[in-house]
Amino acid sequence: MDYSFDVALVVETFPILMRGFLVTLELWLPSLGIGLAAGFLLALARLSRSRLLRGGSLVYIELFRDTPVLIQLIWFYYAFPILIGVQLSPFAAALLGLALNTSAYGAEIFRGGIQSIARGQWEGAKALGMRHADVLRRIILPQVFKLMLPAFTNRAVEVAKMSSLASVLSVHELMYQGRLLSSTYYRPFEILTTVAVVYFVLIYPATFLSMTLERRMAGKG
Amino acid sequence: MPDPIMPVSIPSAASPPATILQVSGLHKWFGALHVLRGIDFSVAAGERVAIIGGSGSGKSTFLRCLNFMEMPTSGRIALDGTPLGRVSAGKPDAVRYPESELCQVRERVGMVFQQFNLFPHMTVLENAMEGLVTVKRMKKAEARERALRELDKVGLGDKADVYPGRLSGGQQQRVAIARALAMEPEILLFDEPTSSLDPELVGEVLRVIRQLAEEGRTMLLVTHELGFAYHFATKVIFLADGVFHEVGTPDEVLKHPRQERTRAFLDRFTEFSF
Repeated sequence: MDYSFDVALVVETFPILMRGFLVTLELWLPSLGIGLAAGFLLALARLSRSRLLRGGSLVYIELFRDTPVLIQLIWFYYAFPILIGVQLSPFAAALLGLALNTSAYGAEIFRGGIQSIARGQWEGAKALGMRHADVLRRIILPQVFKLMLPAFTNRAVEVAKMSSLASVLSVHELMYQGRLLSSTYYRPFEILTTVAVVYFVLIYPATFLSMTLERRMAGKG
Repeated sequence: MPDPIMPVSIPSAASPPATILQVSGLHKWFGALHVLRGIDFSVAAGERVAIIGGSGSGKSTFLRCLNFMEMPTSGRIALDGTPLGRVSAGKPDAVRYPESELCQVRERVGMVFQQFNLFPHMTVLENAMEGLVTVKRMKKAEARERALRELDKVGLGDKADVYPGRLSGGQQQRVAIARALAMEPEILLFDEPTSSLDPELVGEVLRVIRQLAEEGRTMLLVTHELGFAYHFATKVIFLADGVFHEVGTPDEVLKHPRQERTRAFLDRFTEFSF
Protein backbone atom coordinates (compact mmCIF):
# COMPACT_ATOMS: atom_id res chain seq x y z
CA MET A 1 0.00 0.00 0.00
CA ASP A 2 1.69 3.15 -1.14
CA TYR A 3 -1.05 5.60 -0.20
CA SER A 4 0.41 8.43 1.84
CA PHE A 5 -1.92 9.84 4.48
CA ASP A 6 -2.03 13.61 4.01
CA VAL A 7 -1.57 14.82 7.58
CA ALA A 8 -1.17 18.43 6.47
CA LEU A 9 -4.64 18.36 4.93
CA VAL A 10 -6.15 17.10 8.16
CA VAL A 11 -4.45 19.88 10.10
CA GLU A 12 -5.54 22.44 7.55
CA THR A 13 -9.20 21.39 7.43
CA PHE A 14 -9.52 20.63 11.14
CA PRO A 15 -10.85 24.09 12.10
CA ILE A 16 -13.67 23.70 9.56
CA LEU A 17 -14.52 20.27 10.94
CA MET A 18 -14.53 21.78 14.42
CA ARG A 19 -17.13 24.30 13.31
CA GLY A 20 -19.20 21.38 12.11
CA PHE A 21 -18.55 19.64 15.42
CA LEU A 22 -20.06 22.61 17.27
CA VAL A 23 -23.21 22.45 15.14
CA THR A 24 -23.41 18.70 15.81
CA LEU A 25 -23.30 19.49 19.53
CA GLU A 26 -26.01 22.10 19.06
CA LEU A 27 -28.17 19.47 17.40
CA TRP A 28 -27.32 16.64 19.71
CA LEU A 29 -27.69 18.01 23.23
CA PRO A 30 -30.92 20.00 22.77
CA SER A 31 -32.65 17.25 20.80
CA LEU A 32 -31.63 14.74 23.46
CA GLY A 33 -32.81 17.00 26.29
CA ILE A 34 -36.07 18.02 24.67
CA GLY A 35 -36.65 14.51 23.35
CA LEU A 36 -36.25 12.79 26.73
CA ALA A 37 -38.35 15.40 28.54
CA ALA A 38 -41.11 15.04 25.96
CA GLY A 39 -40.63 11.29 26.10
CA PHE A 40 -41.30 11.33 29.83
CA LEU A 41 -44.60 13.16 29.32
CA LEU A 42 -45.48 10.76 26.51
CA ALA A 43 -44.79 7.82 28.80
CA LEU A 44 -47.15 9.29 31.40
CA ALA A 45 -49.75 9.63 28.64
CA ARG A 46 -49.17 6.00 27.62
CA LEU A 47 -49.75 4.90 31.22
CA SER A 48 -52.62 7.27 31.96
CA ARG A 49 -56.16 6.21 32.67
CA SER A 50 -57.53 8.24 29.78
CA ARG A 51 -58.12 6.13 26.70
CA LEU A 52 -57.64 9.17 24.48
CA LEU A 53 -54.19 9.95 25.90
CA ARG A 54 -53.18 6.30 25.73
CA GLY A 55 -54.29 5.93 22.12
CA GLY A 56 -52.87 9.23 20.93
CA SER A 57 -49.47 8.67 22.47
CA LEU A 58 -49.34 5.13 21.08
CA VAL A 59 -49.99 6.37 17.52
CA TYR A 60 -47.36 9.08 17.90
CA ILE A 61 -44.74 6.70 19.28
CA GLU A 62 -45.31 4.06 16.62
CA LEU A 63 -45.24 6.62 13.78
CA PHE A 64 -41.81 7.79 14.83
CA ARG A 65 -40.41 4.39 15.64
CA ASP A 66 -41.66 2.67 12.51
CA THR A 67 -40.49 5.11 9.84
CA PRO A 68 -36.90 5.99 8.84
CA VAL A 69 -35.40 8.96 10.66
CA LEU A 70 -34.07 10.26 7.37
CA ILE A 71 -37.59 10.59 6.02
CA GLN A 72 -38.73 12.27 9.24
CA LEU A 73 -36.04 14.96 8.97
CA ILE A 74 -36.69 15.66 5.30
CA TRP A 75 -40.42 15.51 5.85
CA PHE A 76 -40.37 18.24 8.49
CA TYR A 77 -38.34 20.42 6.18
CA TYR A 78 -40.70 20.06 3.23
CA ALA A 79 -44.03 19.45 4.94
CA PHE A 80 -44.18 22.47 7.19
CA PRO A 81 -44.42 25.08 4.43
CA ILE A 82 -47.19 23.05 2.77
CA LEU A 83 -49.14 22.18 5.92
CA ILE A 84 -48.90 25.34 7.98
CA GLY A 85 -47.15 27.79 5.69
CA VAL A 86 -44.04 28.05 7.83
CA GLN A 87 -40.64 27.35 6.31
CA LEU A 88 -38.36 25.92 8.94
CA SER A 89 -34.65 26.51 8.63
CA PRO A 90 -32.76 23.28 7.86
CA PHE A 91 -31.33 23.40 11.39
CA ALA A 92 -34.76 23.82 13.00
CA ALA A 93 -36.24 21.02 10.88
CA ALA A 94 -33.37 18.71 11.82
CA LEU A 95 -33.58 19.62 15.50
CA LEU A 96 -37.33 19.08 15.52
CA GLY A 97 -37.06 15.75 13.74
CA LEU A 98 -34.35 14.48 16.05
CA ALA A 99 -36.12 15.67 19.18
CA LEU A 100 -39.48 14.15 18.23
CA ASN A 101 -37.85 10.90 17.19
CA THR A 102 -35.98 10.80 20.50
CA SER A 103 -39.20 11.51 22.41
CA ALA A 104 -40.84 8.43 20.88
CA TYR A 105 -37.96 6.16 21.86
CA GLY A 106 -37.56 7.92 25.22
CA ALA A 107 -41.24 7.33 25.97
CA GLU A 108 -40.79 3.60 25.51
CA ILE A 109 -37.75 3.60 27.79
CA PHE A 110 -39.64 5.46 30.52
CA ARG A 111 -42.75 3.35 30.12
CA GLY A 112 -40.79 0.11 30.32
CA GLY A 113 -38.88 1.40 33.33
CA ILE A 114 -41.94 2.59 35.23
CA GLN A 115 -43.79 -0.66 34.52
CA SER A 116 -40.83 -2.73 35.65
CA ILE A 117 -41.15 -1.39 39.19
CA ALA A 118 -43.15 -3.87 41.22
CA ARG A 119 -46.70 -2.94 42.19
CA GLY A 120 -45.68 -3.31 45.84
CA GLN A 121 -43.64 -0.11 45.60
CA TRP A 122 -46.73 1.83 44.59
CA GLU A 123 -48.73 0.20 47.36
CA GLY A 124 -46.07 0.74 50.02
CA ALA A 125 -46.01 4.43 49.19
CA LYS A 126 -49.75 4.90 48.74
CA ALA A 127 -50.43 3.18 52.05
CA LEU A 128 -48.52 6.02 53.71
CA GLY A 129 -50.96 8.49 52.18
CA MET A 130 -48.70 9.64 49.35
CA ARG A 131 -50.26 11.17 46.27
CA HIS A 132 -49.80 9.53 42.89
CA ALA A 133 -47.47 12.27 41.67
CA ASP A 134 -45.36 12.05 44.84
CA VAL A 135 -45.09 8.28 44.54
CA LEU A 136 -43.84 8.71 41.00
CA ARG A 137 -41.36 11.42 41.92
CA ARG A 138 -40.03 10.07 45.21
CA ILE A 139 -40.32 6.30 44.89
CA ILE A 140 -40.73 5.10 41.32
CA LEU A 141 -38.61 7.40 39.17
CA PRO A 142 -35.44 7.27 41.32
CA GLN A 143 -35.52 3.48 40.96
CA VAL A 144 -36.46 3.66 37.30
CA PHE A 145 -33.65 6.06 36.52
CA LYS A 146 -31.06 3.61 37.71
CA LEU A 147 -32.55 0.83 35.62
CA MET A 148 -32.91 3.04 32.58
CA LEU A 149 -29.42 4.51 32.55
CA PRO A 150 -28.05 2.01 30.02
CA ALA A 151 -31.02 2.60 27.73
CA PHE A 152 -30.60 6.38 27.99
CA THR A 153 -26.92 6.19 27.12
CA ASN A 154 -27.80 4.03 24.20
CA ARG A 155 -30.27 6.63 23.03
CA ALA A 156 -27.76 9.46 23.50
CA VAL A 157 -25.26 7.58 21.36
CA GLU A 158 -27.91 6.88 18.72
CA VAL A 159 -28.97 10.53 18.57
CA ALA A 160 -25.36 11.69 18.22
CA LYS A 161 -24.97 9.38 15.24
CA MET A 162 -28.41 10.21 13.84
CA SER A 163 -27.56 13.89 13.86
CA SER A 164 -25.22 13.19 10.91
CA LEU A 165 -28.37 12.69 8.81
CA ALA A 166 -29.00 16.43 9.10
CA SER A 167 -26.29 16.82 6.48
CA VAL A 168 -28.85 15.93 3.81
CA LEU A 169 -30.74 19.10 4.76
CA SER A 170 -27.48 21.06 4.38
CA VAL A 171 -27.21 21.69 8.08
CA HIS A 172 -23.56 22.59 8.48
CA GLU A 173 -22.77 19.96 11.05
CA LEU A 174 -19.80 17.64 11.24
CA MET A 175 -20.90 15.15 8.59
CA TYR A 176 -21.87 17.92 6.16
CA GLN A 177 -18.49 19.60 6.54
CA GLY A 178 -16.78 16.26 6.12
CA ARG A 179 -18.61 15.46 2.91
CA LEU A 180 -18.04 18.94 1.58
CA LEU A 181 -14.32 18.86 2.34
CA SER A 182 -13.78 15.38 0.98
CA SER A 183 -15.36 16.29 -2.35
CA THR A 184 -13.47 19.60 -2.47
CA TYR A 185 -10.07 18.00 -1.91
CA TYR A 186 -10.82 14.55 -3.36
CA ARG A 187 -9.40 13.13 -0.15
CA PRO A 188 -12.30 11.25 1.46
CA PHE A 189 -9.98 8.86 3.26
CA GLU A 190 -8.23 11.54 5.33
CA ILE A 191 -11.30 13.67 5.89
CA LEU A 192 -13.81 10.93 6.71
CA THR A 193 -11.34 9.14 8.96
CA THR A 194 -10.91 12.38 10.87
CA VAL A 195 -14.70 12.84 11.00
CA ALA A 196 -15.11 9.32 12.40
CA VAL A 197 -12.44 9.98 15.03
CA VAL A 198 -14.18 13.21 16.05
CA TYR A 199 -17.51 11.35 16.40
CA PHE A 200 -15.77 8.73 18.50
CA VAL A 201 -14.21 11.35 20.74
CA LEU A 202 -17.65 12.92 21.15
CA ILE A 203 -19.52 9.73 21.90
CA TYR A 204 -17.06 7.67 23.90
CA PRO A 205 -17.07 9.95 26.98
CA ALA A 206 -20.85 9.59 27.16
CA THR A 207 -20.56 5.82 27.16
CA PHE A 208 -17.74 5.93 29.68
CA LEU A 209 -19.66 8.28 31.99
CA SER A 210 -22.69 6.04 31.99
CA MET A 211 -20.62 2.95 32.72
CA THR A 212 -19.07 4.74 35.69
CA LEU A 213 -22.45 5.92 36.94
CA GLU A 214 -23.92 2.46 36.56
CA ARG A 215 -21.11 0.96 38.59
CA ARG A 216 -21.49 3.60 41.29
CA MET A 217 -25.24 3.14 41.51
CA ALA A 218 -24.94 -0.64 41.54
CA GLY A 219 -22.73 -0.36 44.63
CA LYS A 220 -25.42 1.53 46.51
CA GLY A 221 -28.39 -0.25 48.01
CA MET B 1 -74.23 26.72 87.79
CA PRO B 2 -74.89 23.15 86.66
CA ASP B 3 -78.50 22.33 86.10
CA PRO B 4 -79.33 19.74 88.78
CA ILE B 5 -81.93 18.06 86.59
CA MET B 6 -79.66 17.38 83.60
CA PRO B 7 -77.83 14.08 83.98
CA VAL B 8 -74.07 14.45 83.85
CA SER B 9 -72.42 12.06 81.46
CA ILE B 10 -69.46 10.41 83.05
CA PRO B 11 -67.11 8.49 80.78
CA SER B 12 -66.92 5.01 82.16
CA ALA B 13 -65.51 1.66 81.17
CA ALA B 14 -69.03 0.63 80.33
CA SER B 15 -69.54 3.30 77.65
CA PRO B 16 -68.69 1.81 74.25
CA PRO B 17 -65.49 3.09 72.63
CA ALA B 18 -65.90 5.27 69.57
CA THR B 19 -66.28 3.57 66.22
CA ILE B 20 -63.46 4.65 63.91
CA LEU B 21 -64.13 2.72 60.75
CA GLN B 22 -67.44 1.38 59.54
CA VAL B 23 -68.11 -0.80 56.51
CA SER B 24 -71.53 -1.52 55.10
CA GLY B 25 -72.62 -3.74 52.25
CA LEU B 26 -69.09 -4.22 50.95
CA HIS B 27 -68.80 -6.17 47.70
CA LYS B 28 -65.71 -6.73 45.62
CA TRP B 29 -65.60 -8.27 42.16
CA PHE B 30 -62.45 -9.13 40.25
CA GLY B 31 -63.86 -9.50 36.75
CA ALA B 32 -66.36 -12.34 37.03
CA LEU B 33 -65.08 -13.38 40.45
CA HIS B 34 -67.24 -12.31 43.38
CA VAL B 35 -64.63 -12.11 46.15
CA LEU B 36 -66.44 -10.17 48.88
CA ARG B 37 -70.15 -10.80 49.11
CA GLY B 38 -71.69 -8.19 51.32
CA ILE B 39 -69.75 -7.40 54.47
CA ASP B 40 -70.88 -5.20 57.34
CA PHE B 41 -68.25 -4.43 59.89
CA SER B 42 -66.96 -1.78 62.22
CA VAL B 43 -63.81 -1.19 64.25
CA ALA B 44 -63.83 0.67 67.52
CA ALA B 45 -60.85 2.28 69.19
CA GLY B 46 -58.72 -0.25 71.02
CA GLU B 47 -60.10 -3.28 69.21
CA ARG B 48 -57.74 -5.91 67.87
CA VAL B 49 -59.30 -8.02 65.18
CA ALA B 50 -57.77 -11.18 63.77
CA ILE B 51 -59.11 -12.24 60.39
CA ILE B 52 -58.62 -15.88 59.50
CA GLY B 53 -59.73 -18.06 56.63
CA GLY B 54 -58.49 -20.27 53.82
CA SER B 55 -56.58 -18.95 50.88
CA GLY B 56 -58.91 -17.32 48.40
CA SER B 57 -61.49 -16.66 51.12
CA GLY B 58 -61.16 -12.90 50.51
CA LYS B 59 -59.51 -12.00 53.82
CA SER B 60 -56.65 -10.03 52.27
CA THR B 61 -58.98 -8.36 49.80
CA PHE B 62 -61.23 -7.32 52.68
CA LEU B 63 -58.32 -5.79 54.58
CA ARG B 64 -57.05 -4.06 51.43
CA CYS B 65 -60.44 -2.48 50.81
CA LEU B 66 -60.24 -0.75 54.18
CA ASN B 67 -57.42 1.56 53.05
CA PHE B 68 -58.43 1.43 49.40
CA MET B 69 -55.52 -0.61 48.15
CA GLU B 70 -58.46 -2.27 46.43
CA MET B 71 -61.45 -0.20 45.39
CA PRO B 72 -64.72 -1.65 46.69
CA THR B 73 -67.07 -2.56 43.84
CA SER B 74 -70.01 -1.50 45.96
CA GLY B 75 -70.78 -0.63 49.55
CA ARG B 76 -69.63 2.26 51.66
CA ILE B 77 -66.82 2.79 54.09
CA ALA B 78 -67.17 5.50 56.70
CA LEU B 79 -64.42 7.07 58.78
CA ASP B 80 -65.58 8.71 62.03
CA GLY B 81 -69.13 8.33 60.80
CA THR B 82 -68.57 10.19 57.53
CA PRO B 83 -69.01 8.03 54.43
CA LEU B 84 -66.05 8.24 52.07
CA GLY B 85 -66.29 8.98 48.35
CA ARG B 86 -68.90 10.80 46.32
CA VAL B 87 -72.01 9.27 44.84
CA SER B 88 -73.36 10.63 41.59
CA ALA B 89 -77.11 11.11 41.47
CA GLY B 90 -78.97 8.06 40.19
CA LYS B 91 -75.97 5.76 40.48
CA PRO B 92 -75.77 4.67 44.12
CA ASP B 93 -73.17 1.99 43.35
CA ALA B 94 -70.75 4.21 41.43
CA VAL B 95 -68.78 5.81 44.26
CA ARG B 96 -65.97 8.06 43.15
CA TYR B 97 -63.06 8.65 45.49
CA PRO B 98 -61.09 11.88 45.12
CA GLU B 99 -57.37 11.32 45.63
CA SER B 100 -57.20 13.77 48.53
CA GLU B 101 -59.78 11.74 50.43
CA LEU B 102 -57.98 8.46 49.80
CA CYS B 103 -54.74 10.01 51.01
CA GLN B 104 -56.38 11.21 54.20
CA VAL B 105 -57.79 7.77 54.93
CA ARG B 106 -54.47 6.08 54.28
CA GLU B 107 -52.68 8.54 56.50
CA ARG B 108 -54.94 7.50 59.35
CA VAL B 109 -55.16 3.79 58.49
CA GLY B 110 -51.65 2.40 58.17
CA MET B 111 -50.73 -0.88 56.51
CA VAL B 112 -48.01 -3.49 56.82
CA PHE B 113 -47.70 -5.82 53.83
CA GLN B 114 -46.75 -9.44 53.43
CA GLN B 115 -43.90 -8.42 51.11
CA PHE B 116 -42.78 -5.44 53.27
CA ASN B 117 -42.70 -3.09 50.24
CA LEU B 118 -39.80 -1.10 51.62
CA PHE B 119 -38.20 1.41 49.27
CA PRO B 120 -34.90 -0.18 48.23
CA HIS B 121 -33.26 3.07 47.12
CA MET B 122 -33.64 4.62 50.58
CA THR B 123 -31.96 3.79 53.86
CA VAL B 124 -33.94 2.32 56.72
CA LEU B 125 -34.19 5.79 58.29
CA GLU B 126 -35.26 7.40 55.01
CA ASN B 127 -37.92 4.74 54.63
CA ALA B 128 -39.34 5.56 58.03
CA MET B 129 -39.11 9.33 57.35
CA GLU B 130 -40.69 9.28 53.89
CA GLY B 131 -44.34 9.58 54.90
CA LEU B 132 -43.55 12.21 57.51
CA VAL B 133 -41.66 14.40 55.04
CA THR B 134 -43.78 13.88 51.92
CA VAL B 135 -47.25 13.47 53.42
CA LYS B 136 -47.13 15.27 56.75
CA ARG B 137 -44.71 17.94 55.43
CA MET B 138 -42.70 17.63 58.59
CA LYS B 139 -39.29 19.27 58.89
CA LYS B 140 -36.43 16.87 58.20
CA ALA B 141 -34.95 17.11 61.69
CA GLU B 142 -38.27 16.49 63.37
CA ALA B 143 -39.11 13.61 61.01
CA ARG B 144 -35.72 12.10 61.65
CA GLU B 145 -36.27 12.20 65.38
CA ARG B 146 -39.66 10.55 65.19
CA ALA B 147 -38.48 7.94 62.67
CA LEU B 148 -35.54 7.04 64.90
CA ARG B 149 -37.87 6.71 67.87
CA GLU B 150 -40.02 4.21 65.97
CA LEU B 151 -36.98 2.32 64.72
CA ASP B 152 -35.73 2.06 68.30
CA LYS B 153 -39.09 0.72 69.29
CA VAL B 154 -38.85 -2.16 66.80
CA GLY B 155 -35.24 -2.70 67.88
CA LEU B 156 -33.57 -1.43 64.73
CA GLY B 157 -32.25 1.97 65.75
CA ASP B 158 -28.73 0.77 64.98
CA LYS B 159 -29.68 -0.09 61.37
CA ALA B 160 -30.88 3.42 60.51
CA ASP B 161 -28.28 4.06 57.82
CA VAL B 162 -28.40 0.63 56.21
CA TYR B 163 -30.28 -0.11 52.98
CA PRO B 164 -33.17 -2.56 53.35
CA GLY B 165 -31.52 -5.03 50.97
CA ARG B 166 -28.92 -5.72 53.66
CA LEU B 167 -31.49 -6.79 56.24
CA SER B 168 -33.12 -10.12 56.98
CA GLY B 169 -36.81 -10.53 56.16
CA GLY B 170 -37.74 -10.19 59.82
CA GLN B 171 -35.75 -6.98 60.14
CA GLN B 172 -37.28 -5.61 56.93
CA GLN B 173 -40.76 -6.28 58.24
CA ARG B 174 -39.92 -4.51 61.50
CA VAL B 175 -38.73 -1.51 59.48
CA ALA B 176 -42.03 -1.61 57.58
CA ILE B 177 -43.87 -1.57 60.92
CA ALA B 178 -41.77 1.38 62.10
CA ARG B 179 -42.51 3.19 58.83
CA ALA B 180 -46.24 2.71 59.37
CA LEU B 181 -46.04 3.64 63.08
CA ALA B 182 -44.19 6.87 62.35
CA MET B 183 -47.35 8.20 60.71
CA GLU B 184 -49.17 7.69 64.03
CA PRO B 185 -52.12 5.94 62.41
CA GLU B 186 -55.33 5.40 64.33
CA ILE B 187 -55.68 1.91 62.86
CA LEU B 188 -52.96 -0.45 61.72
CA LEU B 189 -53.69 -3.12 59.13
CA PHE B 190 -51.42 -6.16 58.96
CA ASP B 191 -51.75 -8.23 55.81
CA GLU B 192 -50.17 -11.61 56.59
CA PRO B 193 -47.10 -9.91 58.01
CA THR B 194 -45.21 -13.12 58.70
CA SER B 195 -46.25 -15.25 55.73
CA SER B 196 -43.18 -14.54 53.62
CA LEU B 197 -40.72 -14.98 56.47
CA ASP B 198 -38.51 -17.92 57.26
CA PRO B 199 -39.95 -19.71 60.31
CA GLU B 200 -37.13 -18.63 62.61
CA LEU B 201 -37.83 -14.94 61.82
CA VAL B 202 -41.56 -15.03 62.54
CA GLY B 203 -41.09 -14.61 66.30
CA GLU B 204 -39.32 -11.25 66.19
CA VAL B 205 -42.12 -9.73 64.10
CA LEU B 206 -44.90 -11.19 66.24
CA ARG B 207 -43.16 -9.85 69.37
CA VAL B 208 -43.30 -6.34 67.92
CA ILE B 209 -46.98 -6.73 67.07
CA ARG B 210 -47.72 -8.03 70.56
CA GLN B 211 -45.93 -5.04 72.03
CA LEU B 212 -48.22 -2.77 69.99
CA ALA B 213 -51.22 -4.70 71.27
CA GLU B 214 -50.09 -4.06 74.84
CA GLU B 215 -50.06 -0.35 74.06
CA GLY B 216 -53.73 -0.64 73.24
CA ARG B 217 -53.45 0.19 69.55
CA THR B 218 -56.32 -0.50 67.22
CA MET B 219 -55.23 -3.20 64.81
CA LEU B 220 -56.54 -5.62 62.20
CA LEU B 221 -54.48 -8.67 61.42
CA VAL B 222 -54.92 -11.14 58.59
CA THR B 223 -52.95 -14.18 59.61
CA HIS B 224 -52.42 -17.92 59.50
CA GLU B 225 -50.76 -17.85 62.93
CA LEU B 226 -53.81 -19.06 64.84
CA GLY B 227 -51.94 -19.40 68.12
CA PHE B 228 -50.87 -15.81 67.91
CA ALA B 229 -54.34 -14.69 66.85
CA TYR B 230 -55.77 -16.32 69.95
CA HIS B 231 -53.59 -14.31 72.31
CA PHE B 232 -53.54 -11.14 70.23
CA ALA B 233 -57.14 -10.53 69.32
CA THR B 234 -60.14 -9.12 71.11
CA LYS B 235 -62.25 -10.38 68.23
CA VAL B 236 -61.74 -13.12 65.65
CA ILE B 237 -63.43 -13.25 62.27
CA PHE B 238 -63.56 -16.40 60.18
CA LEU B 239 -64.00 -15.43 56.56
CA ALA B 240 -65.13 -17.96 53.98
CA ASP B 241 -66.46 -17.45 50.46
CA GLY B 242 -66.39 -13.70 50.86
CA VAL B 243 -68.65 -13.47 53.92
CA PHE B 244 -68.08 -13.39 57.67
CA HIS B 245 -68.85 -16.98 58.53
CA GLU B 246 -68.26 -16.67 62.22
CA VAL B 247 -67.40 -13.73 64.46
CA GLY B 248 -66.66 -13.78 68.17
CA THR B 249 -64.07 -13.70 70.89
CA PRO B 250 -60.94 -15.79 70.36
CA ASP B 251 -62.36 -18.38 72.72
CA GLU B 252 -65.64 -18.57 70.87
CA VAL B 253 -64.24 -18.80 67.36
CA LEU B 254 -60.97 -20.64 67.87
CA LYS B 255 -61.84 -22.94 70.78
CA HIS B 256 -65.58 -23.43 70.56
CA PRO B 257 -66.61 -22.74 66.95
CA ARG B 258 -70.32 -23.09 66.34
CA GLN B 259 -70.09 -23.41 62.57
CA GLU B 260 -69.13 -26.70 60.92
CA ARG B 261 -67.10 -24.82 58.32
CA THR B 262 -65.02 -23.06 60.98
CA ARG B 263 -64.36 -26.34 62.72
CA ALA B 264 -63.21 -27.96 59.46
CA PHE B 265 -60.86 -25.06 58.84
CA LEU B 266 -59.38 -25.20 62.33
CA ASP B 267 -59.00 -28.97 62.14
CA ARG B 268 -56.69 -28.61 59.17
CA PHE B 269 -54.36 -26.55 61.35
CA THR B 270 -54.31 -28.95 64.25
CA GLU B 271 -54.00 -32.04 62.07
CA PHE B 272 -50.25 -32.26 62.53
CA SER B 273 -49.85 -30.84 66.00
CA PHE B 274 -48.12 -33.05 68.54
